[in-house]
Amino acid sequence: MNIQLPVLNSSDFASDQEVRWCPGCGDYSILAQMRKMLPSLGLPQEKIVFISGIGCSSRFPYYMNTYGMHSIHGRAPAFATGLKVSRPDLTVFVITGDGDALSIGGNHLMHCIRRNVDLNIVMFNNSIYGLTKGQYSPTSPQGHVTKSTPMGSVDYPLSPLSVAIGAEATFVARSIDFNTKHLGETLHRAAMHKGTSFVEVYQNCNVFNDGAWEYATNRDVKDDNLLVLEQGKPMIFAKDRDKGIRLNGLTPEVVSLGAGVTEDDLLFHDETAPSPHVAFMLSRMRHPEYPEPIGVFRNVQRPTLEVQIAEQVDLAKQRPGAGDLQKMFEAGETWEVEETGA
Amino acid sequence: MQLLGSQLTQASAIAGNDVATFPDFPAEIRAPRGTRAGVSGFQVQFASEEIFTPGDGLDALVAMNPAALVTNVSDLKHGGILIVDEDSFAEKDLKLAKLKASPLDTDSLEAYRLIKVGITSLTRRAVEDLGLSVKEADRCRNFFAMGLVFWLYGRSMESTLRFIDQKFKKLPSVAEANRRALNAGWNYGETTEAFATTYHIGPAKLHGGTYRNIMGNQALAWGLVTAAQRSNKTLFLGSYPITPASDILHDLSRFKGFGVQTFQAEDEIAAICSAIGAAFGGSMGVTTSSGPGIALKMEGLGLAVMLELPLLVIDIQRGGPSTGLPTKTEQADLLQVLFGRNGECPVPVIAAQSPGDCFHVAQEAWEVAVRLMTPVIILSDGYIANGAEPWRIPNVSEFPPIKIHHPTAEEVGLPFRPYERDEMLARPWVVPGTPELMHRIGGLEKEDGTGNISYDPENHQKMVHIRAQKVANAAQLAGPCQVDGPETGDLLVVSWGGTYGACMTAARQARAQGLSVAHCHLRWLNPFPTDLGDVLRRYRKVLVPELNMGQLRMLLRAKYLVDVQGYNKVKGKPFTVGELVERIQAAIVEDGQAN
Repeated sequence: MNIQLPVLNSSDFASDQEVRWCPGCGDYSILAQMRKMLPSLGLPQEKIVFISGIGCSSRFPYYMNTYGMHSIHGRAPAFATGLKVSRPDLTVFVITGDGDALSIGGNHLMHCIRRNVDLNIVMFNNSIYGLTKGQYSPTSPQGHVTKSTPMGSVDYPLSPLSVAIGAEATFVARSIDFNTKHLGETLHRAAMHKGTSFVEVYQNCNVFNDGAWEYATNRDVKDDNLLVLEQGKPMIFAKDRDKGIRLNGLTPEVVSLGAGVTEDDLLFHDETAPSPHVAFMLSRMRHPEYPEPIGVFRNVQRPTLEVQIAEQVDLAKQRPGAGDLQKMFEAGETWEVEETGA
Repeated sequence: MQLLGSQLTQASAIAGNDVATFPDFPAEIRAPRGTRAGVSGFQVQFASEEIFTPGDGLDALVAMNPAALVTNVSDLKHGGILIVDEDSFAEKDLKLAKLKASPLDTDSLEAYRLIKVGITSLTRRAVEDLGLSVKEADRCRNFFAMGLVFWLYGRSMESTLRFIDQKFKKLPSVAEANRRALNAGWNYGETTEAFATTYHIGPAKLHGGTYRNIMGNQALAWGLVTAAQRSNKTLFLGSYPITPASDILHDLSRFKGFGVQTFQAEDEIAAICSAIGAAFGGSMGVTTSSGPGIALKMEGLGLAVMLELPLLVIDIQRGGPSTGLPTKTEQADLLQVLFGRNGECPVPVIAAQSPGDCFHVAQEAWEVAVRLMTPVIILSDGYIANGAEPWRIPNVSEFPPIKIHHPTAEEVGLPFRPYERDEMLARPWVVPGTPELMHRIGGLEKEDGTGNISYDPENHQKMVHIRAQKVANAAQLAGPCQVDGPETGDLLVVSWGGTYGACMTAARQARAQGLSVAHCHLRWLNPFPTDLGDVLRRYRKVLVPELNMGQLRMLLRAKYLVDVQGYNKVKGKPFTVGELVERIQAAIVEDGQAN
């Protein structure tokens, strides 16, 4: 049987709305990579839905020629959960930011991930509140001077991927706005995963927090500061690929290859490891002590929420008398009353 | 005690009586037994005529311990029957109830027909050879008391015996003990001479048909499933447990055989948001809660107003503010549901008037929600939710379908305008998956027609008016005021929600006394019936009894400039008919003095 699959390109996913982010914003790059990646899924536009919360990133759905909902602050995972449960046939993306997902929406994010709803959550992390014009966020480093922290932030930041792994995530990845090839591949892998995919994207806010990810994007230093995770490969990094990550007890350490250290001494990446221990450890590796890992940290299978709900409904429908309102009304004690007239 | 109350209700209904109930229990799951705070009561009225309330004063009171006696005896009519377990008036029982002396030894109970029965010792003896512990044996005491009451009022024990068999199927010795206790209670009544009389309550005159008992929350759940079936929709419930609304979640969770999807969300906010997400996908989105949870849902509800998607939000009101009185009833959320959102944010509101009415209200609300593409709020309360009444079982095949249409590109044409409207101002419900009609919706102000983001001043003014007019159009679906009584006169009693029965009965009693009183009950609180202003002005005075500080009264005064009087009670208890009749009499006599 021949099924004519729609042949779409990135412009088919552009809506007629003018994109209104600040010139130079990292969001443009993420938008471009998303539009470019979607045709590879082989889905018509009408089967794709983008749901967002509030913040700069959350304007994303307006720019996509798909179905979309720009919802309320922090709650996008809850809307997406209801939609996916009622319409498992749709491919649903959640677009969110570090404030939207981790501050006001922290509760929903955690529960969505643990339920493993088949959603693709893309969190733009710029470590600042952009739309409200420059307050610190839950991922801003301590000491960060912003409009609401003139003497520096005293809040201890959290690591988004540690949160996701702690919430029993089945797919966790990290990429960078201007690392376009890597970002496109990461988004594709997230979309292909059955279950909640959580992708953190380092995104530069060139107006309120410019250069926050300089160490990870500057051509001169980024190779020394990033560890690109590849399934089954040893964890090697640095411009000359002469450094690696070795486990010392329960702690990772940076070692130089050679002088008695070989690739076989290094940690090998296994995103499918049933235990999340190593993935969590990788999520704790921060600049400048360690190179920061990018790529897929964790990719395991677990039944999804919407499939399990559908299975229970199907099972219940097979029971004798299922779906019979009259029978339900008449079950239990009933009695007859004769018409007595007015 | 709640269990026994429902058994007496059942047995009375089967005897053909009309019944109405009022369960009254503490918020704590296992409140300390024997203390005043731990008293769990169940009031039931059964009658050979149609009744609309659980009754005012009590004709008979069964008090299982001193605390139950002192907290309830003031409701017992003079000359009423007072049955007490005299074994439960020892010093420790009195201490728990904070009493110095036993009321049984004083003359404080002289006004009543006091019947002292050794319920504990008689029950223990009835079950003594079954090998139960003393604690287990004492658990059967309530059934002994029940047997006695059944004998007193000539109720058949058949359905309760069946219930015991069913309930304790896996514990044959407990089942046997309860059966014996029930029979022992009955036999005690028959063989002792403690009671001068027994009572016979004949069947009430009800419309012919097959009846069953139904509770408010159960009727809501059934109404929701019926609405879903009539409209061929998948019901999606997003809910978070809260008293007194949780039973709707429990019931719907068992209805998966009807295709119902239930989602116990992480909080009240996620509950409504998931329901909106399901509505976007084309499902029948529903969320259920009580006052504190409704407060949390308000931002989501505002979004649903902007998105113009159908949604049902159900508020089972309880005593407030804050956590308030979780298990007690109140009508104090009216202004919250009407005005508790930011911006000009109108939502249709309908209130159930009785347990059985919940079945209809759920369906009416859904019909309006889909016809106008709007969220609709259903108000019920703790009194309706847990109250029971006989319900004539409808014939499902007679229900007409609720028509819903999701347009395609061929029907609406391109370019698609998601905020184009029909004659009722409803926009099309196009669902994701529909080819060529991809569109984006959201909380930012919409441009009329296209639905694109717009900050244009003229457009905002226009959209605010359109949303208001759309909700006002619901009045066309709801119909005019229903007035019980004379078309003009001295006094109109206006009520809403669960006070229907008491207000209607009081107005009829006052009329029987020769007073010129009519009663108008409002089902829709937003919009009001279009003729309400005219109706209010046809009477010399208007009285609005409410279990709040005067919320409907404030609305009526503001909207119609009529000098409405209020009668307001916030004790966590429903009105008695007696107090309302008194207030009606006073209002007619008073010379225009608002109280």
